[in-house]
Amino acid sequence: MAIMYKKTTHIFILLLALLANVGIANAQEEAAVVDLAAEAHEEEGLDMTHLIFHHVLDAYQWDIVGWESEDGEKKISIPLPVIAYHNGHFLFTLSSSFEDGAKVEEGGLVWYMGVPEGRVVEKLLVNTATETAVRPTLDISITRNVASMWLSVIVILLIFVSASKAYRKSLVPHGAVNAIETVVLFVKDIADEQIGEKSAKYVPYMLTLFFFIWINNIIGLIPFFPFSTNLSGNIAFTATLAVGTFILTNFNATKHYWIHNFTVPGVPFVMKFILVPIEIVTMFIRPFTLLVRLFANVTGGHIIILSLISMIFIIGSIAMSVPSILLTLIIFVLEIIFGALQAYIFTLLSALYIGLAVNDEH
Amino acid sequence: MDLLSPEPGLVIWTGLTFLILIYLLGKFAWKPLLGAINEREATIKAAVENAAKATEELKQIEATKARIEAETRKERDSILKEAHALKDNIVEEAKNAAQQEATKIVEAAKAQIAKDRADAMQDLRKTVAKLSVEIASKVIAKDLEKDASQNDLVEKYLQECNFN
Repeated sequence: MAIMYKKTTHIFILLLALLANVGIANAQEEAAVVDLAAEAHEEEGLDMTHLIFHHVLDAYQWDIVGWESEDGEKKISIPLPVIAYHNGHFLFTLSSSFEDGAKVEEGGLVWYMGVPEGRVVEKLLVNTATETAVRPTLDISITRNVASMWLSVIVILLIFVSASKAYRKSLVPHGAVNAIETVVLFVKDIADEQIGEKSAKYVPYMLTLFFFIWINNIIGLIPFFPFSTNLSGNIAFTATLAVGTFILTNFNATKHYWIHNFTVPGVPFVMKFILVPIEIVTMFIRPFTLLVRLFANVTGGHIIILSLISMIFIIGSIAMSVPSILLTLIIFVLEIIFGALQAYIFTLLSALYIGLAVNDEH
Repeated sequence: MDLLSPEPGLVIWTGLTFLILIYLLGKFAWKPLLGAINEREATIKAAVENAAKATEELKQIEATKARIEAETRKERDSILKEAHALKDNIVEEAKNAAQQEATKIVEAAKAQIAKDRADAMQDLRKTVAKLSVEIASKVIAKDLEKDASQNDLVEKYLQECNFN
């Protein structure tokens, strides 16, 4: 028990330490960017856009570090599983089998990595007998973002399962468990306040939602392997969570909620022709704002930080590094605050929307 | 644009992972954690209630104690009072009894005295009668015979006259 509790403390201190050491982390981010930037610089001039998008978007392998040597560019990356389905054929392989433009022939199809039209980063493409360079019907590869998500799951489970075990020893927790309890109760109170007496059913969802977003925001801000992915700034991620809230809102809504939305009682009849469509659109706009807000804030933060660092290379002067790094530091601190704030806002609004739907009176 | 197009693969994995995470956290983290917090709340509530109850009980016990004390004091007082009354009674009775006894003795003595006196008077009367008859007989020696009817007559006269 004591060991478990120690472990929790250590993880928590580690997280805090990582947050506190933004300065050091910053320097490493800079170093990583130097390599990538140099690469971009040599190939096609200052292609910072590609660099930033490469970071902000998903990838089939997980780059740890890259550098330039006499033999050209080198990089160390972890190959990740590529899983896809197209025209009745499955593909199971590792991303390393597509290195240096290699193609994989499997089941009469030719699979390869390429940049689809209108896209910026490489995606898995497939050539069939009749068509070329199409995206497979289903691409469920374990990408960098998926791997990072599973890492976050492990971190979350370690923190909270061990924290909950600390209560078996004593009902009065100590140290880090106290801090965790404070945050857990804070989130629980959001659910209780917004949803009211029916909140118990939704509290696990709200807690999981909050910490899933928050921990992934933090992971996204730590600028070295195995962190620094932009999962919580990926629109697929935020959209899925928003759909979760949409489902919970509308599948548990009371009769009153539907009557209100489709008849808008208490207004003149003519007004109903305007208000009913507005109410129906609102139903969909609510989760949409959730997904856009989180996506835009997190991705925006990443883009700003990377852009500020890139300024050094665009201007090409070492003197630029002073204001650039200072500004990056400020944005980094802001991003740490926003990371928690966005998780809070997403959770609060989810609870609010659910509360509006499942309670009869306002 | 890449940024704005959600990849179905990531949507699927996120959804699946999130559902599993909700289940795992719900079962192994939130339930025991919130359960423990609720339990603690209940414990604190019970402790506070128990303390209030104990205070209340203490108050009641003190009230009972005070009542018992008062009752005891009252009982003691009444016992003392009774004892006093009893003592007075006994003394009174003894006094009365003594008085009565004394009266009785005095009365008996008086009766005895009266009787003795009556007896003495009787004797005296007899003696007087005898003497009278003797004197009379000496005076009227011859005429009067010493017979009993004479004696009875004297006796009768003596009876009629009161000496006292």
